[in-house]
Amino acid sequence: MLQLFKFKGGVKPDTHKAPSLQQPIGRAPLPPRLIVPLHQSIGGIPNPLVEVGEYVLKGQCIGSADQWLSSAVHAPSSGTVVAVEERVAAHPSGLPTLSVVIETDGRDQWIERSPVDYQRLAPERVREILRDSGVVGLGGAVFPSHAKLAAAKSVAMDELVINGAECEPFMTCDDMLMRERAEEIVRGAGIFRDLLKPKRVLIGIEDNKPEAVAAMSAAVRELEADYAEFEVIAVPTRYPAGGAKQLIRVLTGKEVPASRRSPEMGVQCFNVATAYTAWRAIAHGEPVISRIVTLTGNVDAPRNWEALIGTPIRDFVALGTPQADTNSYLMGGPMMGFELPSLEAPLVKASNCIIAGSKTLFPPALPEMPCIRCGACAQVCPHELAPFEMYWFARARNFGKTQEYKIFDCIECGCCSYVCPSHIPLVQYFRFAKSEIWSREREKNKADAAKARFESRNEREERDKAEKAARLAKAAAAKKAAPVVSESTASAAPAAAAAVDSASEAQAAKQAAIAAAIERARVQREAVQPKNTDALTIAQRKEIEQIEARRAPLQGATSSTDTASQPSPKEEQ
Amino acid sequence: MLTAILIMALGAIVLGSALGYASIKFKVEGNPLVEKIEAILPQTQCGQCGYPGCKPYAEAIAEGEAEINLCPPGGQEGVRKLADLLGREVKPLDAEEKPKQVAIIDEQTCIGCTLCIQACPVDAIVGAAKQMHTIVGALCTGCELCLPPCPVECISMARITENIDSWKWKYPVIEIKQLKRVA
Repeated sequence: MLQLFKFKGGVKPDTHKAPSLQQPIGRAPLPPRLIVPLHQSIGGIPNPLVEVGEYVLKGQCIGSADQWLSSAVHAPSSGTVVAVEERVAAHPSGLPTLSVVIETDGRDQWIERSPVDYQRLAPERVREILRDSGVVGLGGAVFPSHAKLAAAKSVAMDELVINGAECEPFMTCDDMLMRERAEEIVRGAGIFRDLLKPKRVLIGIEDNKPEAVAAMSAAVRELEADYAEFEVIAVPTRYPAGGAKQLIRVLTGKEVPASRRSPEMGVQCFNVATAYTAWRAIAHGEPVISRIVTLTGNVDAPRNWEALIGTPIRDFVALGTPQADTNSYLMGGPMMGFELPSLEAPLVKASNCIIAGSKTLFPPALPEMPCIRCGACAQVCPHELAPFEMYWFARARNFGKTQEYKIFDCIECGCCSYVCPSHIPLVQYFRFAKSEIWSREREKNKADAAKARFESRNEREERDKAEKAARLAKAAAAKKAAPVVSESTASAAPAAAAAVDSASEAQAAKQAAIAAAIERARVQREAVQPKNTDALTIAQRKEIEQIEARRAPLQGATSSTDTASQPSPKEEQ
Repeated sequence: MLTAILIMALGAIVLGSALGYASIKFKVEGNPLVEKIEAILPQTQCGQCGYPGCKPYAEAIAEGEAEINLCPPGGQEGVRKLADLLGREVKPLDAEEKPKQVAIIDEQTCIGCTLCIQACPVDAIVGAAKQMHTIVGALCTGCELCLPPCPVECISMARITENIDSWKWKYPVIEIKQLKRVA
């Protein structure tokens, strides 16, 4: 038996997991409309590949990965695209995001699927398939998985951690997946193993899920021949044991600092559901178009459903028949999730759990009272931070100080808010401070870039001026050197006067022409709008769209330099 | 007596030469305060402060010639930061605070005169003579300097609205709820 390590802090909230575990995973019915947001993972926004009116098949790619750190999006069922427009997103802001709306035809007809034998393919090709199948971290962070499947060059990969801890209360989607589809999870983890080549593969599951542990152990035993280095380990139940950094710490004793990536420490971590979708993508050619979602809380029939991505949450929650006093819906768990701003939002790859809330289930937050500096938050913080100090500075908008107290090491697990005797929403303060710091960083980068552009422009103008002066001087010198004709000296004065006259005349004519042009433009503007971009042929419109598509990544590139803390881009000289 | 004077003189020469060397070797080009002030200014280069660009304004502030509340794009937040840096009083902004904007060219009306291209301080406008111009939104600082030169008034300013990527978590405040009035 492997020696387990501990992480500091953590809490033990009521799990509320039993109700949704009573029934096997159900297949959610096909909704009449699917709203598929294009931006479902961390990284670049996929480019839409379909047009309104187009017929799409189940599994057809509708958004292609934009850059390396991006992931493709697929049609979850067959039907007709009725809109490509901004629709409200499953996001705490409630703001819209570009989505493809598909009216399903009920036939659920698959596109041609092409399973591959990944062991015969180059690792790069496997990573590409995973990217183009839309495989992302389904634990909730939706980080593109292919980008995590490259080992660090200098450090050998020791452990691959498969995360089945599922520490959030209420949530049981990974538990049910492990009970019912253990073999495919193990085979999916095998793909990750073959790409990363770790010495050991550790599947960590909290010990309050004995059925899942048993199912996974059985699957590993059964497949022993190919998966000898796999080990299923029950870890002590304590929130947030399912945080990637916490599970890595418990299983390997390694602590990954915020400034480094886990492959640099010789370890990588994937969720069980991610491993499952990776296997479906490689061995069955099925992209990620559905996921297991727990529907629980204040509903009559809590259960896990395999639901299509893009199912409107209103349709989805109806499956569980919410009780009459339901007043809110949470996406994610009660510790880290957020209240859905609208039920019109669709399920996305990040939606692991929908909880119907009521006043009895989630009583309204008690009023915030002053911090008494009891230190309870510091005792439960799994990252050994000092939340009460960060709170103080975040509240005073002293963001420099919050960074000194390592606010970016905070994983927003919510343990501090959970134990705070003064009911201070600490995590909200930290989220506020983080997004404020990011936005300032963006603005600063933008200002630096603007300054660089301004300076290069000034430089260019000065250079132009100097060049012009040099040219004139050269011309003047050439004129001087030329032999002087005696006649020209005699008639120089009147000629010069005439030149001045004609120059001023030309100037006046020019002015008049400009005035006339302005007048014409004004009349034109008032009368009828010139049609530069209306009434185009289809070919022209296609061309414009192609140009727009080419332009989009460029604009994306400039905006990404804004967000990344890179030196301001060098300007054209 | 003489020894004492010699020792003092020697000391003065040694220290003096050390200081002289240091003043050449570690010479600071320009006023470091100007750079700090410039880092706070928003770099829109709009000239709304009355100086031709952010750097001249920063220089004027460093010299003590200009007030710190003349920069509308920087807003009250900018005034506060400048006051913090310089140890001056925070003053109300000497103009209306404007939301962040970006310029947009109406491509139907543009006549391709290139006047706006010449006016743009950050080279954010693309186009050529008698060709339609357009603004690279990501580079536009919203300085409005392209508005006056346009002979056909085809440039307008649009507010930059919040999207999912730029959305920020709000400051946690206790909601004030309207209680039912007791009759």
